[in-house]
Amino acid sequence: MMLETRKLNKTYGQNIALTDLDLKVPNGIIFGLLGPNGAGKSTFIRIINQIIDADSGQVLIDGMELSPKHISQIGYLPEERGLYKKMKVWDQMLYFARLKGLSKSEAKERIHRWLSKMEMLTWRDKKIEDLSKGMAQKVQFISTILHNPPLLILDEPFSGFDPVNAGIIKDEILELKKQGTTVILSTHRMESVELLCDQVALINQSRKILDGTIRAVKNSFRPEVYSVSLEHLKKDIPAEWSAKVVDGVWSFTLPLSGKSPNQLLGELMTYGEIVRFEELVPSMEEIFIHQVKSMQHG
Amino acid sequence: MDKIWLVIQREYLSRVKKKSFLLATLLTPLIFPAIMGIFVWIALEEKGNQSLRIIEVVDESKLFFLESSEQYAFSFSDRDPEEAKDLVKKGDRYGYLLIPAINLKDPQGIVYYGNENPNMSLISYLESNLKKKIEEQRLFEAGIDPKIITDVRTSVDIKSITLDQKGGEKVSDATVNYAIGFLAGILIYMFIFIYGTQIMQGVIEEKSSRIVEILVSSLRPFQLMLGKIIGIAGVGLTQLLIWIVLIGTLTTLVTGYLGMQMPQEQAMELANMEVGAELPSTEMGEILQVIQGIDFVSIVSTFVFYFLGGYLLYGALFAGIGSAVDAPSDAQQFMLPVTVPLIVAYMGLFVFVLQDPNSTTSFWLSVVPLTSPIAMMGRISYGVPFWELALSMSLLILGFLGTTWFAGRIYRIGILMHGTKPSYKTIWKWLKSSH
Repeated sequence: MMLETRKLNKTYGQNIALTDLDLKVPNGIIFGLLGPNGAGKSTFIRIINQIIDADSGQVLIDGMELSPKHISQIGYLPEERGLYKKMKVWDQMLYFARLKGLSKSEAKERIHRWLSKMEMLTWRDKKIEDLSKGMAQKVQFISTILHNPPLLILDEPFSGFDPVNAGIIKDEILELKKQGTTVILSTHRMESVELLCDQVALINQSRKILDGTIRAVKNSFRPEVYSVSLEHLKKDIPAEWSAKVVDGVWSFTLPLSGKSPNQLLGELMTYGEIVRFEELVPSMEEIFIHQVKSMQHG
Repeated sequence: MDKIWLVIQREYLSRVKKKSFLLATLLTPLIFPAIMGIFVWIALEEKGNQSLRIIEVVDESKLFFLESSEQYAFSFSDRDPEEAKDLVKKGDRYGYLLIPAINLKDPQGIVYYGNENPNMSLISYLESNLKKKIEEQRLFEAGIDPKIITDVRTSVDIKSITLDQKGGEKVSDATVNYAIGFLAGILIYMFIFIYGTQIMQGVIEEKSSRIVEILVSSLRPFQLMLGKIIGIAGVGLTQLLIWIVLIGTLTTLVTGYLGMQMPQEQAMELANMEVGAELPSTEMGEILQVIQGIDFVSIVSTFVFYFLGGYLLYGALFAGIGSAVDAPSDAQQFMLPVTVPLIVAYMGLFVFVLQDPNSTTSFWLSVVPLTSPIAMMGRISYGVPFWELALSMSLLILGFLGTTWFAGRIYRIGILMHGTKPSYKTIWKWLKSSH
């Protein structure tokens, strides 16, 4: 399912939550929605879920205006998880699945299938308040995807999971993607972004600052600086490179300064033997922090 | 529509299935008889255990004679006041009553001394006895035989008959009507408060546990609110129905059992005691006639209408309040606009409606939607003109549509607001905002 927003605006009284937000989420990818707290991510997600309306702008799903019939095609895992404490696992899942429009028999069959897949069948008659936090999170996750939504919106899906269960959830997300589900992943955890996401968008102070594939985003932030290590020097290294020596290996960083990497490499070869020649690519986390900070100061 | 139905089912089943619901439903009808039973038992027990209390009476004019009862014995003497007081202090006497030589036209100076605070029943027993004696004495002095007075005492009982428009006559009785209005009004008042609070708590639970975020991604907030209100109404109706069946069966069983157990004479005696010795069969028959004269079908159907109408009207407001706050303790500040009209209706029921069902105040109380569910029940058994009933009912329907719309606008924004303590001003803003 393809999602597109055009010039989405939303204000709450004096607070501007979204400003002219244009986003394009292609079909069948995992799309990372990044941004600090209060950037407008939750507002965006709530608009897609038709919990609130935008002040202006368009939301298109597969080219069609967002409407109530899309509710059953979207799965939503909010950041603040919520289940009825006194309800049993089975009843809870049945309720959520039926609210999303599944028939009773269909819902029951799918719940059974998911519970056995996750080895949770013995938990079906337990009340939520008797479950561990991780277990409750799993129940919540399954409840979100029971109706096989072609568009899945996950807000911080890994919070509250131990590494083993986080791994299970990650595999499930990748499996869903393989089946053609479009996933919007809102998170602060950059390592999961680099691992899972095909594309990202960074939102800050109600505006989109950048978007694109991870590779493209990273490329656009390449400082064009290389990290170099040499040994067996043939001639002296210029002092302004401020190289450090450890065990006869000279290490320093060097900007391209208009040359191509190959030209730079050729030049370096005249100084000695190349041990390492690597471009300094920023991590998503560095880009994220850099961008957010530069906006605060700018 | 399907989704509202799902919400109704969940709200209903999750409450009805609880053990506490079963317990409350089964025990509540037994609580009042049980409390009464305990009181009667304690009173009997006390009477049995009490030793006779002796009261020293010093009657200086020698005019009075007090008959001893089961609890109190009176010992007359000419003891010196100090001596009599000592007897009380030592515990030889329960109390000491001093009747000085008094002017019968203005009896002053009668004093009771006791170790403990005298109970009301003793004092009133003494007062009424002395009063009777003084009156008799004065009649005697005036040359009238006290027997004549007893003879002259008459009991008047007016039989009231209501003429209806079709020319029929119906025996009515203010007491029966009063009782019906009283019970129905209180029942509606309690129902609105108990179940309104449940709605509010349910909304706060969903809001504070953030379930609502998932729910409103599946259905509209208004559907969620309506489903909750209707589901809980179902719980209340179920409870009411169980109570009616339970009380009905219990009454039948108990009366049947008593009828079997008691010999015919004793049963007669009991009936006579209750109704008054003079008119055993006729009065009983009259009450039956009155009860038969009451149009129960119309009373029950109007009761159900106002029961539901009042609940829906206030239920929406309770839902609105619940959505605006994060915790039940924050709800207090918004409860005032809801509790005040309820209490006005409740007080109005006793002060105006039941006293004079056809007064102007009673009319307005039973027509204004916020008070009509309770006030109208006070009037209904006396008979209400059709147009007034129609006006009151249509205003109530408009009223609950109004409060539901009003609460819905607060609800859709309130349930998504966390961590802010709203004021009336912010709620007013929510009300006006488009979304």
